[in-house]
Amino acid sequence: MLEITDLIVSYGAIRALHGISLRVDAGAIVTLIGGNGAGKTTTLRSISGMVRPRSGTIRFDGRDITGLPPHEVVGLGLAHSPEGRMVFANLSVLENLHMGAYLQRDKAWIASELEFVFHMFPRLRERAEQAAGTLSGGEQQMLAIGRALMSRPRFLMLDEPSLGIAPLLVKEIFGRLVELNRDRNLPILLVEQNANLALEVSHFGYVLETGRVILSGPAQELRSNPEVRNAYLGG
Amino acid sequence: MTEFLQQVLNGVSLGAIYALIALGYTMVYGVLRFINFAHSDVFMLGAFVGWAAVERLHLPTRSFGGGLAALALAMAVCAILGVVIEKLAYKPLRNRSTLTVLITAIGVSLLIQNVSQNPTIGFGPNPRAFPELFPARQIHLGGLTVSTNQIVVLAVTVVLLAVLYWIVHRTKTGTAMRALSFNATAASLVGINNDRIISFTFALGSALAGAGGVLYATNYPSIDPLMGTLPGLKAFVAAVLGGIGNLPGAALGGLLIGLVETFVSGTRLSTFRDAIAFAILIAILLFRPAGLLGKLKVEKV
Repeated sequence: MLEITDLIVSYGAIRALHGISLRVDAGAIVTLIGGNGAGKTTTLRSISGMVRPRSGTIRFDGRDITGLPPHEVVGLGLAHSPEGRMVFANLSVLENLHMGAYLQRDKAWIASELEFVFHMFPRLRERAEQAAGTLSGGEQQMLAIGRALMSRPRFLMLDEPSLGIAPLLVKEIFGRLVELNRDRNLPILLVEQNANLALEVSHFGYVLETGRVILSGPAQELRSNPEVRNAYLGG
Repeated sequence: MTEFLQQVLNGVSLGAIYALIALGYTMVYGVLRFINFAHSDVFMLGAFVGWAAVERLHLPTRSFGGGLAALALAMAVCAILGVVIEKLAYKPLRNRSTLTVLITAIGVSLLIQNVSQNPTIGFGPNPRAFPELFPARQIHLGGLTVSTNQIVVLAVTVVLLAVLYWIVHRTKTGTAMRALSFNATAASLVGINNDRIISFTFALGSALAGAGGVLYATNYPSIDPLMGTLPGLKAFVAAVLGGIGNLPGAALGGLLIGLVETFVSGTRLSTFRDAIAFAILIAILLFRPAGLLGKLKVEKV
């Protein structure tokens, strides 16, 4: 479904990705784990068009999307819920969700998806008219995921959905993500600092280190790999 | 008391025009974080379009229909001009520093002024009499004197502000404007084409400046290519006073500047009427840099 080949990305003189190749198959949850500066976020940013790769290709459903601007990538059905959530704090929760559906024309679909998101995260319905900036971190994360869903994605990318969120809410959010993947057969590319959690919900994982893929395999295998356990799972 | 009310009335009708111009500054600041100094020249061109509507297109003078048609024409022409200026001068600098764009804006302003002053390709440097677009009558209400021009200014401003509010808060494009002004990256990630929204913002702001130009000229009926400078600067002060980037703030700031200027004109300090706006600017920067309705944001470095 998504296939990245030899992706090289630089920020000025600093090379962030040294030729990464990875793939996400239809219906799979794939996670990228690794320390700070490993290139996880940069990989997602390259896919959604926020940064332009120096070389390499990104293919989505066989189509080359390398270097397309973000608003066109969304239109192809790739949604990116970015690091730090980036909800529109000055807009209401409802307006945020409607902005998610910015490219959707089908009013009936928008209404039914809105209902789906509210059902998935009932807290958002309670706070629908509130400014998004007044939500807690966990609620903002729910909103960011809901907003991404409103763009009618065929492929979902999530950057650090557990960061800075109360453990109870993390559990709720990840539970919803697994359901989403299972019920809709929606592929998810997940970047997560909590490697334990990430490998628990994923089918496949890639371990990144300083801009390279150093290890990959089914999530179960990675969890039992001694090196991964030592470096990322706390022994 | 009557004199006080009279001054309030005069101040509000002057302030309404500043408000119209200030909204353009503040909207552009909202989406691009820079002050479009060429905005005051779009205001000036708006007045010249109003003039040309009568002198060249022979729209009827002293008629509400003709006046409103001239107003609409000025708004349309200025909207297009605003978009053209943005596309030619600012869009190529999208990822450059704010200072680069700011200096470019000053350059665009000087260019428009100098081309307009050229007698061959522009209007020439001499002031021209602005035609009487609307029927000029004085209405006496108790001790107050209200001119039809003042009523037109107030009515048009109220209608334009209401339409602007509706666009910004009730339409998808307006919501996208607000989303973009909060976080341009997140806006592009939901599928907003930021360039299109920026163009739309310039069109909207410039149309308001065009309307402001025509309304200003109906009250001060002598127009020249440098006429935008002072009202433009005062409107800029109004935008800062209200809180730059804040739409109700710009409207409020415009009204306050208009009122203060009118009251100062009515005292022995009347020679300071143009200076007072800048005294306010200094005071606001010293004591409340975020403006009256603005929230102070810590600039991330």
